[in-house]
Amino acid sequence: MATKSFVLKVWRQDGPDSPGTVEDLTEYAKDVNEHASFLEMLDLINERLMADGKRPIEFDSDCREGICGQCGCVVNGQAHGSQRGTTVCQLHMRSFEDGQTIVVEPFRATAFPVIKDLVVDRSAFDKIQQAGGYVSVPTGPKPDANSFKIGKEVSDRAFDAAACIGCGACVAACPNASASLFTGAKITQFALMPQGAPERKRRVSRMVETMDDLGFGHCSNIGECEAACPKEISLESIAIMKREYLKAMLAGS
Amino acid sequence: MLPLKKALTSSLGKKYLMAASGIALVGFLVTHLAANLLLYLPEGELYNGYAKALHDWGPLLIVAELGLGGLFLFHAAVATGLHMKTAAARQKGYLEGQRSKGGNSRFGFPANKMIWSGGILFAFLVLHIIHFRFGPGIAEGYEAMVNGESARDLHRLVAEEFRKAHIALPYAAVMLFLGAHLRHGFWSWLQSLGAMAPKYDKIIYSLGLLVALAFALGFLGIPFWYLLDVPGMLK
Repeated sequence: MATKSFVLKVWRQDGPDSPGTVEDLTEYAKDVNEHASFLEMLDLINERLMADGKRPIEFDSDCREGICGQCGCVVNGQAHGSQRGTTVCQLHMRSFEDGQTIVVEPFRATAFPVIKDLVVDRSAFDKIQQAGGYVSVPTGPKPDANSFKIGKEVSDRAFDAAACIGCGACVAACPNASASLFTGAKITQFALMPQGAPERKRRVSRMVETMDDLGFGHCSNIGECEAACPKEISLESIAIMKREYLKAMLAGS
Repeated sequence: MLPLKKALTSSLGKKYLMAASGIALVGFLVTHLAANLLLYLPEGELYNGYAKALHDWGPLLIVAELGLGGLFLFHAAVATGLHMKTAAARQKGYLEGQRSKGGNSRFGFPANKMIWSGGILFAFLVLHIIHFRFGPGIAEGYEAMVNGESARDLHRLVAEEFRKAHIALPYAAVMLFLGAHLRHGFWSWLQSLGAMAPKYDKIIYSLGLLVALAFALGFLGIPFWYLLDVPGMLK
């Protein structure tokens, strides 16, 4: 079983209002199993820190299989680390060189204030979602399963957008800290489906307004969000959001 | 119901305005480059004729110039507003800078620093207008005959100015920023209006490179043409 040692630097911050600093944890990052995931490596560091009577590193995680969107931090200047199409829990230490310097820090955005160490408050995403990321549900008897005819290719595209797990990597990776890919994905998943039609204009105008109010930056079409997205949501989602917004803007009523 | 005013002051709406004013400015660049290609001719007759024809518009030219100036100011003002808000969207950056994750990302100077290339172009524009539009004219001896009529010899002024390295080289350098600005801008204006689909993505982005190269090299060649005295060599 091969092990690796790293030069590890981690952002430590006691609370939202404390300034925070980088801590060199290299002495705790020796002899790490190379098949450990990035979060398992942090677990190991935390065990060692606690054995020394020190405060462990705070970080978010839940499923640890890349589908929940809880985990996320910036590793060497890249959201979720260097590997494409995965969250940081699916990044393994075998993808790092022995002795490599690893700098870990939280997602940075004014709309995502740091709570502690690597944990950020992403409730801004919930607010965007609550502003319009829903559909009206018909009550009464169950409608016939074939009453909505939706082509497979259309439902596939909507599903691709719906694969967004709301991890926030798009915001972290965007040089403008824009939430356009997230908001675009949440709008696209409904915009392509007939179920999303009744609220379409209201949805896009409210979600965009909320996104702006929360202090996210604008989209300048760089596309780093798409590269950082663990679910590989396409930039097309942003184009669809812009079309939806344009339609809502130009609509007479 | 989405009121027009609210829509156009949102982050998306401001990008629609950036796209619309940006493509209008590209339209101006097309006419400007087309005319400037006449500067590659050793004789100034055609170029001075074009300048005279514009000048003969009289008051209409002033209106057109003010409109064009307003368009530039508008494009720059909306961009500055967007930039200010975005600068506040991430107050603390990454410790050792950010690195791109590759893929289709356009992360890099042209895309990330539109505000810088744009700012440089704006400052250049002011100096450029003072330099040539309000530079020496007939009264200072730059007079040529066009179809038997007296006209400003703008061709000779440009040729003389660009023979000076301290003028030609900064002009050429600024055109590199124009190339960078158009390299991202040409793709970005379509995406900002939502006129983008993965199917067309690559071809339009490649077209952007061609457009950027055409404008940057077309303009950049003129100072070098005279600095290296190509017309003299061709004689």
